[in-house]
Order: sequence, then C-alpha cells, then structure tokens
Amino acid sequence: MYGSDLHRSSKGFDARLLIYYLSLVVIGWITIYSTCYTPEGPNAIFDFSQAYGKQLIWIGTSILLATAILLIDTKIIQHYAYHFYFICLILMILVLFIGTEISGAKAWIKIGEFSIQPTEFMKVATALALAKFFNEGKTSVEKRYGWLIAVGIIFVPVLIIMMQHDAGSALVFASFIILFYREGLSAAFLVPCLIAAFLAVFTLKFNETYAVALLTLVYIIFMIKDRTQRKKMRRNTIVFAVSILFVFSVNMLYENAFEPHQKERIDTIFGKTSDPKGADFNLNQSKIAIGSGGFFGKGYLKGTQTKLKFVPEQSTDFIFCAIGEEWGFMGTLVVFGLFMALIMRILTLSEKHRAPFARYYGYGIAGILTVHFFINIGMTIGLVPIIGIPLPFISYGGSSLWSFTTMLFIFVKLNDN
Amino acid sequence: MQERKRYYIVLVAIGLLAVVYLGRIFSIQVMNKTYKDKAEQNAMRYITEHPARGLIYDRNDSLLVYNDAAYDLMVVPNELREFDTAELCRVLELTKEQVVKKIEKATKYSKILPSLFEQQISKEDYGYLQEKMYEFPGFFVQNRTLRSYPNPIAAHILGYVSEVGEQDMENDPYYQMGDYIGKSGIEKAYESVLRGVKGKRVVLVDVHNREMGSYDNGSEDIVAVPGTSIWSTLDMKLQRYGEELMQNKRGSIVAIEPKTGEILCIISSPSYDPNLLVGKARPKNYGELLNDPKKPLFNRALMASYPPGSTFKLANGLIALQEGIITPGTVYSCSGGGYHIGSHTVHCHNCGGLNIYTAIQRSCNTFFCRAYYNILSNRKKYKNIREAYNAWLGYMESMGFAQKYETDLPYELKGSIPSADYFDKKYNHSWNGNTVVSMGIGQGEAAVTPLQMANMLAVIANRGYYIKPHVVKAIGRKDSLITQYSEKIYSKIDKQHFGTVLQGMKQVVTAGTGRGAQIPGIEVAGKTGTAQNPHGADHSVFALIAPADNPKIVIFCLVENGGFGANVACPIASLLAEQYLTGEVKREDLERRMKEMVLR
Repeated sequence: MYGSDLHRSSKGFDARLLIYYLSLVVIGWITIYSTCYTPEGPNAIFDFSQAYGKQLIWIGTSILLATAILLIDTKIIQHYAYHFYFICLILMILVLFIGTEISGAKAWIKIGEFSIQPTEFMKVATALALAKFFNEGKTSVEKRYGWLIAVGIIFVPVLIIMMQHDAGSALVFASFIILFYREGLSAAFLVPCLIAAFLAVFTLKFNETYAVALLTLVYIIFMIKDRTQRKKMRRNTIVFAVSILFVFSVNMLYENAFEPHQKERIDTIFGKTSDPKGADFNLNQSKIAIGSGGFFGKGYLKGTQTKLKFVPEQSTDFIFCAIGEEWGFMGTLVVFGLFMALIMRILTLSEKHRAPFARYYGYGIAGILTVHFFINIGMTIGLVPIIGIPLPFISYGGSSLWSFTTMLFIFVKLNDN
Repeated sequence: MQERKRYYIVLVAIGLLAVVYLGRIFSIQVMNKTYKDKAEQNAMRYITEHPARGLIYDRNDSLLVYNDAAYDLMVVPNELREFDTAELCRVLELTKEQVVKKIEKATKYSKILPSLFEQQISKEDYGYLQEKMYEFPGFFVQNRTLRSYPNPIAAHILGYVSEVGEQDMENDPYYQMGDYIGKSGIEKAYESVLRGVKGKRVVLVDVHNREMGSYDNGSEDIVAVPGTSIWSTLDMKLQRYGEELMQNKRGSIVAIEPKTGEILCIISSPSYDPNLLVGKARPKNYGELLNDPKKPLFNRALMASYPPGSTFKLANGLIALQEGIITPGTVYSCSGGGYHIGSHTVHCHNCGGLNIYTAIQRSCNTFFCRAYYNILSNRKKYKNIREAYNAWLGYMESMGFAQKYETDLPYELKGSIPSADYFDKKYNHSWNGNTVVSMGIGQGEAAVTPLQMANMLAVIANRGYYIKPHVVKAIGRKDSLITQYSEKIYSKIDKQHFGTVLQGMKQVVTAGTGRGAQIPGIEVAGKTGTAQNPHGADHSVFALIAPADNPKIVIFCLVENGGFGANVACPIASLLAEQYLTGEVKREDLERRMKEMVLR
C-alpha cells in the first residue's frame, strides 16, 4: 500500500507549489548569506556559527520534514488534527511558564542553543483543526452554534498568544476570516468586522473623543432617517452604544495591554511621532534600505544599509529590506510574483479539490500566508505597525521555516489524494 | 455559484492588496530619490585625507618647517544622535554651552559635511575617543598634521597656516571648513605647492558609528598627494644669527645674494616664535601678538617705510654720475656748516673740498645736496623741474624703488617716492631743486622699505642690474630650481659708474664713517646712514657689500632708534657678513656687545 502511494506521489505532487517553495527558500538563504556577509571576514558557506550556516541546517531538516509528510497517509493527518492542535496548545501554555523572552515576547522554548516558538506550529495546528471541524459538517449558515465553536478554535490560541505579549502572531489568526468567508460567513458578520476595524484605526489615529463625535454624528443622521421606524431606531441605539463601548475598549487596550515599544510603533504608523531618531528609527532605516535599492538594486552583497546593520532584524523580520536594497524593484517583483503565485495556486487547487477537507485547509493556510506576507512587507514600508512576524520561507529561523514547510507540504500531500 | 464568486473575490482582494503594496514600494524605490541620498549619508562617510604640507628647507638643506601629527575631532551634524554630553565635556574639557555652540556652528556650515569640532586633541584623548566612538555617533577623529619649527626663527617670512575662513572657501571651492591655508609668508605664496592635494576616503560606517572598511573596495577613494617640499633661499644659520643680534632691538635686516636675487636672511625685529601660531593655541597667541605694543607680527622688512637716510646718497651719486652732473674728478666744497638754502641749512661738518669718493666716505650732506640740486636744475637737458625730477625718479625706479617686486613675498609695500605732480600740488607749481633737496641725502619725502634698500645694494654689487629678490630657490627637489625670478633687470645707470661708487663705499669702511664694518681678510664696501626719525632717536642704518670686488652678499640693516649708523647697524651688518662669508665670527666681543645691546 505504501509502495503504491509512493509511486503515485512521484507524479501527483503539484510541481508548481514545489517550485515556488524551493525558489522562496533559496532566495531566503541567499539573502541571509548577504546580510551576514562581510567583505573582510571569512564567509564560508558551512560556517554554522553564522545565520546562513544555521539556515542551511533548517533547510535540510525542512526538506526531511517535507519528505516525511509526503510519506504519511492523509487519513492520519486528518485523524490526528485535533491531537496536534491540543499538543500545540499545551506547548503554548507551557511557554507561559518555562518560556524565554525574546524581543518582548515570551514565546520561546529554549533547548540548548536553539529556541523553538510553538506559536508557529499553532498556526498549522489551528488550520488543521478548523479544516477537520468544518469537514465534520457542523457549520453551515444556519448553525450559529457551529460557527461559535469554529471561532473558539481560533480564539483559544489567540488568547494564549496575547498572554505571551506577541500581538503580531495573534493578528495572524485573523487570517482565518478568509476561510470563514469562503465557507459562507454572511456579510452581516463581515460588515460589523470592517466597521470595528475602521473604528479601531480611527480611534488610534485620532482619539476616542473624535471617534465618539463621529459616531454621534452618524447616529443622529441614522435616527433622523429612521425616525418613523421604531424598530430601526432601537437597533441604531444598540449599535451606537456597542460602538461607543468598543471605542473606549480599544483605547483602554491600547493604553494598558500594549507594551511601550508597541505603542510607539503604533503611534509611528499613525503619524503621531515624527522623531526620525526615536521610535520610528527602525522604520525609517527600513525604508531607506528598500528605497535606496532603486529599480535594479545595488547588486548582490553590495547593500550598505543592511550590511551595516542600520536595519534591525535584517535576516528575520526585516529581510525584505535586504532584498529591496540589493535587488531593487526587480527583486520586489520577483518576491511578490512568487508569493502571489503560491497563494493563488493554493486557492485554485483548493477550489478544484473534490475533498472539502483540503479546501478548508487550503483556504486556512492561504489566509495565513497572505496575512504573514502583507504584514511583514507592510511593516518594512510603513503600511503596518512593526509587529515582529517573519516573511514565510525567506526569513531566517528554524521554527518559522519548519512550520511553514509543514503547513505547505500537508497541503501538497492532501492535494495529491 | 455563490462559492465560486467568493473564490474570485478573495483572489481579486489579495491581488488588489498586492498592487497597492507594489505601488507603494515602486514609489519608495523608483520614484523617490531621497532614500538613496539618505542611504549614502547613513552608511558612507566621506573622510578627507589631509596630505602633509610640504616641508621647507633652507638653502643648505636645513629643515625650517616640518609637520607634527595631530588629531582633530570632527562632527557630522546630520549623523548626531543623543550622546553623553557630560562625558564629551569631561574628555575635551569643554563646557556644555561650548559643545552646543560648536555643533550649531558646524550645522550652519553643513549638515552633511564633516566640520571641525575640536582641533588638535591630545594623543591620550584620541586613543580614548577612538575606542568609545560608538557612544558618540556623528563624531569621528581625523588625522592631521600641524606645522612645527625646529628653530624659532624666520616667523615673518615663513608665515603661518590657519583654518580657512569663509572668504577662502568662497574664493576657492577646493577649501572646506576645517582645512588649513597658508596665511602669510612662504606658506601663503606657495600655498598651492605646499598644500598637496586632498584625498578622499569613502568608508562604510555601521549603525554604531564604527568604520567597517572602505566602500566598494576603495574604488571611490582618492589618495592624497602630499605637499611638495620647498627649498628656500634663506640661510638658516644666518637668519638665526641675525635674529640673535637683533634681539631686544627694533628694526630689520635684509641680506641678498646679488647674483641671484636670493634673499639670504630677512629679519624683522621684534619677531615671535612661529610655533606659537600653530594649532589649538593659535587664536589665543595670535591675539596676544596682535595686541602686543611692540607689534611683533609687523614685518618691517617688507612693510615698514623708512626715510632711506644717507645710504640713499649712493643712488643719488650714481644718478649724478650717469647724468654727467659730476665726474669722479668733480670737487664740491663743503663749508659754512652745510648746504644753505636761503635761511635754511642742511647741516654738515665742513668737510672741505670733496670728490665723489670722499663724499661717500664721509657721507657729506653738502656734496650730495649740491649734486642733487644740479641734477634737478639741468636745464640743458630738461626744460623744467618736472622733467628733471621725473627723470631722476625714473632712475630711482630703475633701481627698484617705489614699486613692489611681487615675487614670493606676500604683503610687501611699495614705499613711496612722490612724483612731480605731488610737488606741483604741494608747492603750487612753484618749486625747484632746493625745495626738495633733502631727498638728495635720503631725508624728506622719500620712503623706502628695507627690502628695496637691499635691492639697491644688489644693483650696485652687480654693477647695473638686479634680480627680483625672492625667498624660494627650488620646488620639489633641491636641484629643480625655479626660474621665474631669474631675469636681470637693468637700471638706467651705466656699468662704469658703479666702480666709482663702490670705491667710495670701500673707503667708508677703510677710512670713513663705517670703519666698524671691517672684517679681517675680507674687503668690505659699506655706507652708514642715520635716518631722521621725528618720533625719537634716529634710526641707525648700514648698507654693506662684501666682498667688495666679488660681492656674495649685500646687507641692509636698520635699527630703529639706534642713532648713528656706525653705532649699531654697522657692526651688526658686519658680523652677519663675517658669519656668512667665513662661517664663523671671530669678533666675539663685538658679537656679545651687539647681542646684549638693548634698545627700546
């Protein structure tokens, strides 16, 4: 049985997904090498004290991991989806007690020299668990109860991640909204979400007084419009009250739940600070690095901004700076092209798939990749607050590469069946 | 169908987002150029490599000026971030206000170009700061060289260098704030030779203000070209000896090698130690020197106008001979206490009958007044006083008076011998030879610089011509002589007349007013002078040519308030000639007396 499985797999795996994956991983490694490269120093490729040396290990182990996943029966993956989810949850809770803090987030388990971030695997686990839950048919437009459980599957890890002070990762879980939307979540649910998002941004950009003023104005307009309909007037009042509450809770969350450095970053995005050497120093340097690349870039290994460490976290969260600087807009286009192709391919394959489980899972991970990609790039060019999340497949880091490899290859495997 | 629609909406939404992002990145990367500039400022530091200035040697390869290592702390205002001001103040011994002021000044000059923050920091501070540089982003230390002088001599003629001013930077864009430029003397005249060519190093600086090696393997670097060395015409020993003799006196000495116009020594006393005008202490010392009532910065050799005194009689004698007013046989009589013009008398010593030789020997006023009057009254040749006077002036100018030589001596003055127009105006067109007769003996309206007097002596020594006096002999190598100052400029006096005047000058030393100038074994020609000084005691003047028949050196020496020429200027000039011609001074008593003499 395994033999036939293997035989089939050699033909059936989607070649495009594999090519996109390998391209991104290779681009990642090349870029990591460049960020560590020093004109004087030894730059031996197999120097495992360097990030690029370690990344070679991560790439090697990821390929092993991918191979292993491709050998597993998809039924097993489906069967143990919840188990995987709960194991990850336990690990995450464990982190709260025995975890190590790295750049403000207590999200890491240190094992010897290496640190693992269970959050990364939680994303795969959640995607799997959701897919399984959807597959069991307990959700549909009519079954509100089912939807609530689905939200709960997402919300429990988010809660733990929030407790780890890792707002960035928590935000990634919002990506499942793409799956929900595809599976029939009504606009009646989406619209309030969008309004809430708008209100949150508005409150942070200005302040709660302006937000309340705006809400009041809109409320009055609606009340005048609906003055003859008692029922609508009551609805308006409830929405108004909830909105006001929401605005104040956003403000309270901002004031109390965020760390000072996170607040500064949020302020920076909303243009509340403009001290180029203070809070938005990193963002400025990041933009300078990308901007100085021009159309064709400065050439490989010739980037000055990343090499001289003006850009923070240049091999992990800010790796796009190095690409932008050395490869210019051409590099940008290649990276965007590969990611878009990958995400679109996942969505297309999901649509085509006969088994809904693969579709649910595909939409889940397409969402995760999309959010990761846009948040990561967005923060390097000042469209999104700086919340440290890696660029999938490219950023340096074992946990991240392993989890994204697992995530993708489960889909590759599912798609094969 | 509904699901299909949502699939497309998702695709389109993601695609749209990607387009928005790409637009933003395109604007940052391609449309907006400021990021490129910022990146350069960020990571590249343009370090100016200041070449060492050329050395200055004397004519015998003795070093007059060399360079010492120095370290300047530079600041790039745009790169400044918060730093520990207190620590910087402590290391550099500055107040916080000073630091703020210096940064303001630097910012005013340029935000992106480095400015000098503190010059000439000590080696210890340099070492300390170099290690802690990462704590002071925007600052860096630059190696410089400072002028240094092994002997504290020739300050005026060597000149000094100082930081460029705004004017210098405007005049020549080569200069940037913090650069040095020659401000006077040889340093100024040969600035373009001595300064070399600045180099440039483009280094990469990391976010911690540490230098990370050169940019693009040094492809943009320009190696600094060190300044070219200069061999001056000065004789270091003679210069030093002359300054020693002139200590505690005011005055000037100019010695020239007549065959070449090379200045052997040029002294203006009081002088100062050139090491005072170097580096950090320069502004303070400069201020003190500037306010010193003795005016040590004033270069008397080039800038002081003196009445020429009796040494002027030599020139007038030559003109009288050339004009045929007198011949070597012409005898004028000096009696009755001098030369009388109406009720006015130019006093003399009743010398009796004199010819030109004895007139020079005894410095007879009567003889030269008469000769001068006769020059100006020669109506056979000149139809009026104007013409006659201007002809005389032409002779004087041909001997180098009333003009600048414009060689390599900055800030020389022209001196002045008035024109006929001046006297026409002054005496309302009613004047004659007697009106201006005092110029015949070197008093009156004529004003000359010591350099011009020395040049006149060179004309006599060369029997007819001079080469413009200059202080630099060779550039680059000792044997690569400069040629621009080699033209022989002939005076309007025929050669044969110089022998006559020189004979008189020999008699001055053997039997006349300048016996103190005798040097054992060397025949010396000389002429004493006593320049009238309306402000105090007369100036002691002596003109010397030696050896008389094969002149190797001419010396003009003027000691202010020294009284008769024979008193001070004569022995000093003689000692110098002895030093130069024999390499030593045997008259130690005289030497000591002159060195110890104090004239206020």
